[in-house]
Amino acid sequence: MISQVETLYLIASFLFILGLRGLTAAHTARRGLIFAELGMGFAIWGTLIHPDIMARFEIAGFFDTYKWILLTFFIGSAIGIAISALIPMTRMPERIALSHAFGGLAAALVGVSEYYREQVVAGHMDHTTMGAIGFEVLFGGLTFTGSLMAFGKLSGLIPGRNITWPLQNQSNILMFGGTFVLLVLVTIDPSNQILFYAMAAMPLLLGILFVAPIGGADMPVVITLLNSYAGLAASATGFALDNNVLIIAGAIDGASGFILSVVMSKAMNRSFRNVLFGAFGKVDEEDAAMASAGGERVQEASVGDAAMLLSGAGSVIVCPGYGMAVAQAQHVVGELAEILEANGTQVRYAIHPVAGRMPGHMNVLLAEAKIPYTSLMELEEINEDFKNTDVALVVGANDVVNPAAKHNPASSIYGMPVLNADLARSCIVLKRSMRPGFAGIENELFFAPNTVLTFGDAKDTLEKVVEALR
Amino acid sequence: MLEIFLGLYIFMLAAFVGYGVIKGVPALLHTPLMAFTNAISGISLVGSLVAAGAHYNDVSTVLGAIAVLCATINVVGGFWITDRMLRMFKKQDPKADAAGDAAS
Repeated sequence: MISQVETLYLIASFLFILGLRGLTAAHTARRGLIFAELGMGFAIWGTLIHPDIMARFEIAGFFDTYKWILLTFFIGSAIGIAISALIPMTRMPERIALSHAFGGLAAALVGVSEYYREQVVAGHMDHTTMGAIGFEVLFGGLTFTGSLMAFGKLSGLIPGRNITWPLQNQSNILMFGGTFVLLVLVTIDPSNQILFYAMAAMPLLLGILFVAPIGGADMPVVITLLNSYAGLAASATGFALDNNVLIIAGAIDGASGFILSVVMSKAMNRSFRNVLFGAFGKVDEEDAAMASAGGERVQEASVGDAAMLLSGAGSVIVCPGYGMAVAQAQHVVGELAEILEANGTQVRYAIHPVAGRMPGHMNVLLAEAKIPYTSLMELEEINEDFKNTDVALVVGANDVVNPAAKHNPASSIYGMPVLNADLARSCIVLKRSMRPGFAGIENELFFAPNTVLTFGDAKDTLEKVVEALR
Repeated sequence: MLEIFLGLYIFMLAAFVGYGVIKGVPALLHTPLMAFTNAISGISLVGSLVAAGAHYNDVSTVLGAIAVLCATINVVGGFWITDRMLRMFKKQDPKADAAGDAAS
């Protein structure tokens, strides 16, 4: 029986990697997904004939063995499908954060369940298994509450701003260290149940405390890191249960989250450390920037002016940002592009890696608006083309188009790669108000002589522009 | 003891393979990638199924059953939403330009 289980797991692992490979190109991605789904099917099949389950099957029969599995599996599938089918694309970051929470919780629960079985009931657990379970519960718990925090912040249930308190980093690091010490102690002495449950509870608190100070535009890094932790938790489960398919799938997930968080940090020109522990002083900086605002004058453009600029343009590059997601303006961006293209204008999109609240957020929204992915350009691909472009249309983006990042060493975003919207012949910025962006700094682009600002909700404004062009 | 090293080898190699493959995923597909890996990390389903089905004791069974619930939400929901996103990614359709204004 065990060799059948292992064979099925081997096939599953192979299909996972094959499926992942499919994701390296848009036209093979769906095929890759099918491979991964098949792989998951094999992994589940293999588990349902696991020796421990079969032993139960011999005694208790089909119904008693599988009743809980079937019940929870069907409820879980129904919830999963309901959430996934109904959630709007603009809320994808919340959906992803929530699912990390479920993943973390599942891993932590399996860890506690294993501990209870081997140590509490059977009275013996070896040190390596204990260590693996410790990591599992640690990463699982941290991911669970951390992701719930991220979900709360993204959905507005708790304030999205960075919540800070005195000696925050010091106390967080101290607590993390303390949890780690507990992990070591419980590995040395698995029989100490109080230590184990203390160690299992600490990460739950830590998850909340770590994510609380991180706000707004830093969310992509948090989400990707939690993605990585969810994978590590799954991998640790594999070590605890001697299950290779778990180790492999978890490692892949961990690597993916790690790569994405590096990409995000690089795109903000910040280190991990700065994102995770950098909430201090932010408040002061913002106040200062707010106070200094209003010195210079911006040029305001009416909807009619904006429509005129666009209709006269031979080429347009749209620079979307989080504001486009908030205003749900992606569909009207698509409509505008259709009209312009019918008019002979070339329309492309410049996607900054950290535009939005998670990696690839803007791409998904624009794809939803039926914009072909061949016109969605990455920063490096398109940045040289701005200077030969008639109009850069900035929809709800701010820091990612701030030229200060290129030439003002005093700016807090200096060195961050930005879209060259300022180099286009003219630039239209759609903005709700003159409030500074997440970095809390003034955007030079708004004061440039070739820039005009159209105030208002991005969706409303664009609808009026579309109306005017028709 | 030997098993843990075998596990560590597998982990290390899988992490490198994952790193190598995922590096090639374009930024365009980063959100689907996250949903995809999220579904795959629902593989902890495998661990929870054993806990829920083997009936070691009542506590393990209940914890396992809750874990099956959570992991299933991820596996089924994760694959579903990845597919929903990937279906939206369309290449340039040459006819779309001509039929452009008729469509809206």
